[in-house]
Amino acid sequence: MSDGATSRLGLKGITKAFPGVLANDDVSFSVAPGEIHALLGENGAGKSTLVKMIYGIMQPDAGEIRFDGELVHVASPKAARAMGVGMVFQHFSLFEPMTVLENIALGLDEAISYADLEARIRQVLATYHLALDPHRIVATLSVGERQRIEIVRALLLEPRLLIMDEPTSVLTPQEVAQLFDTLRALAARGCSILYISHKLHEIVELCDKATILRGGRVVAECDPRAESSRSMAEMMIGGSLKEIEKSADRQFGAERFIVDSLSLEADDAFGTSLKDIGFSVRAGEIFGVAGVAGNGQNELMLALSGERPVENADAIGIDGNPVGTLDAEKRRRFGLCAVPEERNGHGAVPVFSLSDNAILTARTRKNMVRMGVIDAGLAENYTNEVIDGFDVKTTGAQAAASSLSGGNLQKFIMGREIMQAPDVLVVSQPTWGVDAGAAAAIHQEIVDLAARGSAIVVISQDLDELMAISDTMAVMNEGRLSRTLAVGEASVEEIGLLMGGVHGDPEATADYTGASHAA
Amino acid sequence: MRLELVKRKQPSRAMLYLTPVFSVLLTMVFGATIFSLLGYDGPGAVWNIFFVPALDPNKWQDLGIKAAPLILIAIGLSVCFRANVWNIGAEGQYVIGGLAGTGVALATWQMEGWWILPLMCLAGVAGGMLYAAIPAFLKTKLNVNEILTSLMLTYVSVQLLYYLMRGPWKDPEGFNFPQSRMFTDSQMLPEIGNSFVHYGVPIAFLVALLAWFILSKTVFGFEIRVVGAAPNAARYGGFSRPRTIWASLLTAGGLAGFAGILEAAGPYGQMVPQFPTGYGFTAIIVAFLGRLHPVGIMLAAIILAISYVGGEIAQSSIGLPNAASGLFQAMMLFFLLATDILVNYRIRFSGVRSGGAA
Repeated sequence: MSDGATSRLGLKGITKAFPGVLANDDVSFSVAPGEIHALLGENGAGKSTLVKMIYGIMQPDAGEIRFDGELVHVASPKAARAMGVGMVFQHFSLFEPMTVLENIALGLDEAISYADLEARIRQVLATYHLALDPHRIVATLSVGERQRIEIVRALLLEPRLLIMDEPTSVLTPQEVAQLFDTLRALAARGCSILYISHKLHEIVELCDKATILRGGRVVAECDPRAESSRSMAEMMIGGSLKEIEKSADRQFGAERFIVDSLSLEADDAFGTSLKDIGFSVRAGEIFGVAGVAGNGQNELMLALSGERPVENADAIGIDGNPVGTLDAEKRRRFGLCAVPEERNGHGAVPVFSLSDNAILTARTRKNMVRMGVIDAGLAENYTNEVIDGFDVKTTGAQAAASSLSGGNLQKFIMGREIMQAPDVLVVSQPTWGVDAGAAAAIHQEIVDLAARGSAIVVISQDLDELMAISDTMAVMNEGRLSRTLAVGEASVEEIGLLMGGVHGDPEATADYTGASHAA
Repeated sequence: MRLELVKRKQPSRAMLYLTPVFSVLLTMVFGATIFSLLGYDGPGAVWNIFFVPALDPNKWQDLGIKAAPLILIAIGLSVCFRANVWNIGAEGQYVIGGLAGTGVALATWQMEGWWILPLMCLAGVAGGMLYAAIPAFLKTKLNVNEILTSLMLTYVSVQLLYYLMRGPWKDPEGFNFPQSRMFTDSQMLPEIGNSFVHYGVPIAFLVALLAWFILSKTVFGFEIRVVGAAPNAARYGGFSRPRTIWASLLTAGGLAGFAGILEAAGPYGQMVPQFPTGYGFTAIIVAFLGRLHPVGIMLAAIILAISYVGGEIAQSSIGLPNAASGLFQAMMLFFLLATDILVNYRIRFSGVRSGGAA
């Protein structure tokens, strides 16, 4: 290879198979020193598998990895770190009751004194203008700050290649901007960055080069600065992107779903208490709830769906009926259906058949139970209706939920709730981990349900998603909900500030607030 | 060559049914080997323990009598285990059920009437339920682990039994032996026809069929399965975990208590200090060997009953120690747990992989 000698990372013919699936098929590309290189692809395209092999968590079945031109065998993450490869995972591995310093010390391969370590940490923080107090307890930190711990941990090793896996999914727009500054500074010092994401506008903004994976193969390499988000999305899914069909002159009816002074204590030390939440959703309206993960969205979801009833019945009303004290099943009788964020083990029971999963939430509204006895035939019929109506790819109603791909299971769960014709639908992260095709179909179904007169609440961390489908939105921050904004009037900057701006850095937030006021 | 475990895409249904059979077969092979190494007639031990009771029609009544309490207790335990409630204290619930029924028998001594026996059974069920209510309360209110509470309460129940037998409930005409009065005819389970088999045996099988219907066809059965498989999904489906914990423990306690009084009013005909024979623990093996399924439990209970009866035969015929049948039972559970991995994984033999790039 001509660039083999000069590139920081060179992959050639990397192949990795799992039972029943070829995760990586003859993948080759290279990353130059100081380059910010995007690895793009839908869920299941093989990004994670590829990265795990570069970081030594897995070994490829075939192919070669070159680092600075040298053929390497990355036996373990420790070997990868020794070579100069750092990685920041999407999910952090931090001990919440311990300090930042202790957490970083635990992750190091070498043993050095706390004093020396702290000096080195402060040096890294200063070099990259990162705000972080080494003596804070992790539990008290925001998600953005926790990510900074992981970044510092990686930077301490002075990596020559830093892998970032979906780093912005938990950050506010302002925190994203700050992260990008850090990454650019790092690249300017010669460190290569392999940046994994499916947020295309970020890649257009940040990256020098992009490799696009689909079905485990490299389908394109491009310069993101010369492409649009749309053109890259189409390369990613290998087809044209479908627009959401939403009638322009839609009318909203009466208020169907009213939440008033809803408060709820967190049920564990690391949860977020809900404080005095109020909003209302009219017939035909899609109400979006934005916010950085961990600001009370999970608690809000549980309180709205009835999984955690509240003490005040009037806190939640459906068509004028107070339902605050009722459990999920009783709220369903009043017309409220819900789709939780986590599919496996919450929205569906993985080891159960689809038919049994239909019984889980549709048994009452679809009259599947007579005198305590379940009519399995009715459950199976309904399951087949959902499979047909929502184009769920499966072997049939008796297939285990765990045998479905994430996107198909999500389509099934959405279909199971939507086909119950709910008066109110509460959905959390409707397209989390779902491929673009399935996401478009789910968005369209939500819009269509609203058009039929239901009131809909969508809780999502994906601001683009909320901007695309909701009519009104509010932002959650530390258990409180902001005032309701009309989508279209609200700017991303304003929403970002409501999300808490730059968490844990009041100065930066003040800067932004000042800037936005000045503008 | 090396052995690899490869995860299956879906759990194997065939293995779900086959691994209990494997575990019984492995138990026979290893049992024969172990007892041969100990200097006994190993193959003979296996023959006596597993085949003689099954092949000799004279022993079949014994098998039914031994299987009945195992079925009742294991059915209740399967409800708990499916709901992920680890009730290990069925032995205690069985003892308390037996004692509660005995209490009614002693109170109705010298009385006659058709109502006495049903009342004793009712007391047995209630006693077992009350005793299981203690771990249920502690778990739902104070989040205390039910494994510890239910197990420790077993030893409490045994001490209570000893106290009653040596104290207040000692037979005044029993020559100071620590045991209760003999039950009267109104207090004894009648035997079927001219066999030794009491009515508790068919009742146990009927209860298993009823449990099969409830577990597979009703919302209650569904609730038990969901709470066990995915607690968050259960809450989302509108099922309350505390309610399920209560229901499953009360079911198990009630059935164990029922087994207790059937045993006292059947084979024993009185209450004695030797009443706890480990049925409550053996039923744990029965429940798992039967895959927590009522039909499987009936079959597994018969196999364990065979090992009990066979153990007695082997003691007299080839001088095997008393502990032999316990050893065989434990091996069965051990091999079942060991072979269980085949449900989700398959074994692959693979050659040493060639290293280096092609």
